[in-house]
Amino acid sequence: MSKSKTKIEKQEQDDLLSRRGFASAALGGVGLCYAAAVSYPVYRYLSAPVEKSAAAAAVTSVTPPDAVKLPPGKHMMFKFGARPALLIHHKDGTWAALDAVCTHLGCTVQYETENDRIFCACHGGIYDAKTGKNISGPPPRPLGKYAVTVSQDAVVVTREKQG
Amino acid sequence: MKSVFASVFNWMDARLGLQDLLHLAQKKTVPVHRQTFWYYWGGLSLFFFLVQAFTGVLLLLYYRPGPEAYESVRQISFDTNFGWLIRSAHSWAANLMILAIFIHMFSVFFMKAYRQPREFGWWSGMGLLLLSMVFGFSGYLLPMNELAFFATKVGLEIPASFPLLGAKMASLVRGGLDVNEYTVQRFFALHVVILPALFLPLLGFHLWLVQKHGNALPPEEEDKPEAQRRTMPFFPNFFAKDLAMWLIALNILALLASLFPWELGPIADSLKPAPKGIHPEWYFMSSFQVLKIFGQWFPGASGEVIGMTLFTLGLVLWILVPLYDTSRKSGERARNATYFGLLALGILVVTTTWGYLAIR
Repeated sequence: MSKSKTKIEKQEQDDLLSRRGFASAALGGVGLCYAAAVSYPVYRYLSAPVEKSAAAAAVTSVTPPDAVKLPPGKHMMFKFGARPALLIHHKDGTWAALDAVCTHLGCTVQYETENDRIFCACHGGIYDAKTGKNISGPPPRPLGKYAVTVSQDAVVVTREKQG
Repeated sequence: MKSVFASVFNWMDARLGLQDLLHLAQKKTVPVHRQTFWYYWGGLSLFFFLVQAFTGVLLLLYYRPGPEAYESVRQISFDTNFGWLIRSAHSWAANLMILAIFIHMFSVFFMKAYRQPREFGWWSGMGLLLLSMVFGFSGYLLPMNELAFFATKVGLEIPASFPLLGAKMASLVRGGLDVNEYTVQRFFALHVVILPALFLPLLGFHLWLVQKHGNALPPEEEDKPEAQRRTMPFFPNFFAKDLAMWLIALNILALLASLFPWELGPIADSLKPAPKGIHPEWYFMSSFQVLKIFGQWFPGASGEVIGMTLFTLGLVLWILVPLYDTSRKSGERARNATYFGLLALGILVVTTTWGYLAIR
């Protein structure tokens, strides 16, 4: 008699445990749904400017204003999407358009007319002014290079295919 | 895993006394009786305040006070992902917070929970309500739309009508002789720096007092012998019910904010006449209507002064209730205080309804 009673009690206890387990799993699930319903709009709200600048960065070609008037030996800064870029009209008549973000730690680089090289003031990185190749200092990679198409009335800078 | 958790807990406990807090939470009880429902409204007010802090910080990321105020709220509402929802939730939760505080205040009043030793709970609560209304008034201007412009103009005319320093004070608050971009900048500083700096310590004090004294019993429960009173443990019973109320509040807020998004309206323009039917937010409607009535009874500026004086006297009487309704027994004084509460509630309801009917 007493043996069967304990068996029933044990059975009941098992049922209770599983019911409790079910309840806490269901509550956890509902809680996750609420967390997601709150976090998703908040995440999208926070990332709105990121999405905007990503959309701006997706451009493939830019026409820097008045670049066609740039005389040989002069350079200008322009915006390629969200990034600063450097357009150089070399003395020999060739053009170079380079990403102006140092590959070392992201400072904006500058063209030095007197040395005909690109210099990063933050940590002394030096790049070749025609190819963007990293010549000395800490930069690990060359500067990104854009293709330049010069016509009668505009200079068009295009993202190169190989990326 | 469990032993790691236990050893981290022990390490923290030895330094912070967490065990004491747990004991406190386990020992704490909440009275169960016919009026237990009203115990949730302080927690609901707190919930809406937390929503305000959270959505407020989010709005702060894109809002620009000063001359660009309207344009930045326009961008939040129409150009930013879910910006309309965050702004709508902030506006709706502001109203729901004031509503919850009003219900909390009246339930405390009618349950006579302000009596010894809870006087400071009543006073800190009244301070929190008044600060919340200043929060509402200052936040209302920030979008710098047409309604905000006139609401602030009218609101600041009230202190300006006071004799002696009134006009000077109003001009100082406005940062000019008319509502302009300096007013927005000032109200912004008030809304996001000064008011939170005052509100948060007062809220901490209020919550500490609630923890210290526990829930007050309404007089009819107090008359019962101790053996007949029922309680529930604070943790987990009351805590779980509190959470359920917060969840209901969140659902209502989500429905209101998404189905009835808060409008932006046209930009403030000092050359445009006030639109017909313009009226303040509902929680200022009563005082707006009282001023209007007194303005009709006593033409000229004296009407406003008389109305404001009476209103202020009533408020002072209301705040001082723990000092004149002190008896634990339900005698004549206790009855008079209840009548005063009913009168205040009646005036509030009648003048608010009157105000809404008058603008239709």
